[in-house]
Amino acid sequence: MNDMTTPNLSGSQPLATPFVSVKDLRVRFVSREATVRAVNGVTFDLARGEVLCVIGESGSGKSVMMRSLLRLHPKKRTVIEGSMQVGEHDIGTVSDRVLSKLRGSTISMIFQEPMTALDPLYTIGDQIAETVRRHEGLGREAAWARALELLELVRVPSPERRLKAYPHELSGGLRQRAMIAVALSCRPSLLLADEPTTALDASVQIQVLVLLRRLQREMDMSMIFVTHDLGVAAQIADKVAVMYAGRIIEYGSVGDVLNRPQHPYTQAMLASTVKDQERVVPLEAIAGSPPDLRALPEGCSFLPRCAYAEPECAVAMPSETVDASRHMARCYRVGLEGKRLAFNGSALPPGGRATPAPMAAERAEMLGRSA
Amino acid sequence: MTDALANSLAAAPVQSAPAARVRSYWGGVWQRLRYDYVTLFCIALIILIVLSAVFAPWLAPFDPYKSSMAHRLRPIGYRQFLLGTDEQGRDMLSRLLYGGRVSLLMGIVPVLLATLVGGMFGVVAGYYGRKVNMGIMRTMDIFFAFPSVLLAVAISGSLGGGITNQMLTLTVVLIPPICRVAETATSQVRNMDFVDAARATGASTTSILFTHVLINVMSPVLVYASTLVSISIILASGLSFLGLGVSPPTADWGLMLSTLRQSIYVQPLVSAIPGVAILVTSIAFNLVSDGLRQAMDVKA
Amino acid sequence: MTQMALSPPPVAAEDPRDRGGPAQPMLIVDGIRKYFPIRAGVLNRTVAEVKAVDDISFYVLKGETLGIVGESGCGKSTLARLLMHLVDRDEGHLILDGDLVGEETGVPLDGLRRALQMVFQDSYSSLNPRLPIEQSIAYGPKVQGASSKVAKAQARALMEKVGLKANLFAQRYPHELSGGQKQRVNIARALALDPRLLILDEAVSALDKSVEAQVLNLLEDLKKQLNLTYIFISHDLHVVRYISDRVLVMYLGQVVEIGPVDQIYEDPQHPYTQALLACRLSMDPEERVEAAPLAGDPPNPVNPPSGCRFHTRCPFMEDVCMAKAPGLGDVLRSSADDHLAACHMVHPGSGHSRAPLPVRA
Repeated sequence: MNDMTTPNLSGSQPLATPFVSVKDLRVRFVSREATVRAVNGVTFDLARGEVLCVIGESGSGKSVMMRSLLRLHPKKRTVIEGSMQVGEHDIGTVSDRVLSKLRGSTISMIFQEPMTALDPLYTIGDQIAETVRRHEGLGREAAWARALELLELVRVPSPERRLKAYPHELSGGLRQRAMIAVALSCRPSLLLADEPTTALDASVQIQVLVLLRRLQREMDMSMIFVTHDLGVAAQIADKVAVMYAGRIIEYGSVGDVLNRPQHPYTQAMLASTVKDQERVVPLEAIAGSPPDLRALPEGCSFLPRCAYAEPECAVAMPSETVDASRHMARCYRVGLEGKRLAFNGSALPPGGRATPAPMAAERAEMLGRSA
Repeated sequence: MTDALANSLAAAPVQSAPAARVRSYWGGVWQRLRYDYVTLFCIALIILIVLSAVFAPWLAPFDPYKSSMAHRLRPIGYRQFLLGTDEQGRDMLSRLLYGGRVSLLMGIVPVLLATLVGGMFGVVAGYYGRKVNMGIMRTMDIFFAFPSVLLAVAISGSLGGGITNQMLTLTVVLIPPICRVAETATSQVRNMDFVDAARATGASTTSILFTHVLINVMSPVLVYASTLVSISIILASGLSFLGLGVSPPTADWGLMLSTLRQSIYVQPLVSAIPGVAILVTSIAFNLVSDGLRQAMDVKA
Repeated sequence: MTQMALSPPPVAAEDPRDRGGPAQPMLIVDGIRKYFPIRAGVLNRTVAEVKAVDDISFYVLKGETLGIVGESGCGKSTLARLLMHLVDRDEGHLILDGDLVGEETGVPLDGLRRALQMVFQDSYSSLNPRLPIEQSIAYGPKVQGASSKVAKAQARALMEKVGLKANLFAQRYPHELSGGQKQRVNIARALALDPRLLILDEAVSALDKSVEAQVLNLLEDLKKQLNLTYIFISHDLHVVRYISDRVLVMYLGQVVEIGPVDQIYEDPQHPYTQALLACRLSMDPEERVEAAPLAGDPPNPVNPPSGCRFHTRCPFMEDVCMAKAPGLGDVLRSSADDHLAACHMVHPGSGHSRAPLPVRA
């Protein structure tokens, strides 16, 4: 890969020390039948107090990438390459003992389904207090006081009563808040969030997003937030990374990526999202489905579904093009125009965008990859 | 579109072949079993034990019932007695081969019967729910209240000895646990959307049970039943040991163990042989069911 | 039976299955109600009831798409299962194309089964994991008496119709398919009995956005091709707006607002609908929501609040809201263009300070 030749994304004014620094991260799952290449060279930096949203479809490697930051994958079957620096720790090499100390204190994680993250046999209060006592060595009384404080922090109504409640006694929204309270109990500097609002109703989702944003600011946390919902990213992100087939194919500030998308995939994803489109017009769906991670082809992984595919796309994965505001895209059609990225869709055969690569789409379908 | 692109696309089907390969469920199970050497070894072992029991009349070097006062309790490898002789001077190897016939029968037949009966009750209880479930499962709970050995002893005691009665006893003892596993699996499947989808087509309950429910309940029940084979063998041996099963002089591992226990200070190794046979067979069955569970990818 | 004067329906194509004529709604739901008992104790006595669906009436015209929205726990899915007769109703009637369903004089359940089918939310439980998808689709026709061969041929034709190559996919098992492909199979299975009304319960909610668009396009195509009527249940307000002709908003087992899609989205009358619409996330990072429009979770349907069920979360709550439940009006006599809301603020003379003044006769 030629990722390393281009400038790193670490900043227009090079930051002294980014808090999180991931370099050329590769994750493969090896089994007898196949090797799944879930993450294929991800590089990014994250400053303290910054929120990075990782956007992608299922199978894009976004969750796998994030879970690697806590080494949550089964050791036996997983091969992780590249470096992951969080604060002064190199996650790839620290001992298991140090790592288990980091988990829950420096780095914490919240999940999509709180029922799987909370222990059904203990009350919410027990679970928070236990974490606090383990990591901060507080006494029983002090830990309970802290638990109460935390439930107030995440705005759980009548917190004294909820401390004694079991997870199944809480509604979905409250459970999510309780899980956030557990995750924040030791004031982490990095919060990893794996689609924490996807399973919630819109009304509750927005409450949780507003809460997370407030807490993140107040506690000056860095946050990596994985989602497939562009609307959620618009609400919470400072930076956005779009992942496809285990690579970041577009990166930039949230405004740049969502309002001036450069990569054809980001463009197509924005176009296919149902907003307030005219009802009689069919949606601009992306034909086909994501590539098989067991057998990634050479070249750009988005090629079979791309409306702008060209011969050179099949040869090698395009390298990164970065502009002055650190907006990056990996596409042969993206160049620099002055200080900004510019997508060049003009040199297309007639019809270009309107008929998304009929041949490519047909091929994809023939391979049985139609969604 | 140009050649390079077309070529790369044309090459793609080969690369993405794994997704297109069609493999049946049992084909998949076999694929996973193929590399599980422990399970394969245990399967081979079980086949060997079964074959040796079936062909005992041809394999056994001596008549298992012919006693000889002159050769009592000979050690392993004494003259032509490969595994020595028992307290009546009968050849251990021959008795072991013949004994396997009874013991394996006790292991397999009650489990099969209990799977049929218990499985049926469990599926019915799980699918119909409410009162039917209550009736069946509370009855099973009564049986559950007693330790299985105690229950076996009680039933066996009232029925009397003999191979048929012993099998009947074991079947009754094994029905409740199988029924419970089948009930749990069925009530899980019953709440799946695909069962509702089937009901929405107007299908009869029988049709839904046979097409959609049984096929999903079968593998956890079969895996669980296979773990019971060893328990059944051990229970049967226990009953024989207590004198509640087959009666002497029939060759049976449990009975052999029972009669040889007085000689344990004279010939400890020979006395232990029937125990080893029980141990090896039951461990083999247990490991196979473990392997099957993994290969079938079910949580039982 | 129950012929109603209604505005002409959007689809006028001749359909041999049509019995009641174009003006007869496809389905009339009249006062349907379902309380689930909560049992406890040794004697299994009923200690409380979940009022999952509480006196709901509406109709669906032929060829239209009725969107049903609401938060989780509002009874959307129970309603779908009631319509499908997967759950027995406590009260109320269903009238399918002019005929009462499931009662002595009306269409037998079997007829309903063929006319009404449901697409379930894509999840691991919607397809039988041990059946190849061809058999999953062919099951319905076989149950209805088709020979195995005919049913299989039909299944293959349907797979092509929903965009799956039959010779590639017929023998595959659900775990070998992606989410979008599984949902296509779900749709094909629902279509196998040649239904006229399709109930789609969160049919695209679990899909990735790009796949969601593919499936929505497919649904639109099928609707035109097969002359279908949809009831589209979802919590995603963007999707409901795109696909629906009319929208019904549910809160705690009741209808709070119903009307044509544009009127609901541009001029919502009920404060709940207004709040739900405000919860939609903008794609523009400049337009961030600073305070959540709706506080708290939906209340428990076991003991719904007195009076208007929304009053505990409503910013305009007054005494009358606690005392008296606002009515929706006679939905079954209203026209498809009417916009009704169950709120004291829109009913003249209700006693709410924001209510319009009563009109003098």
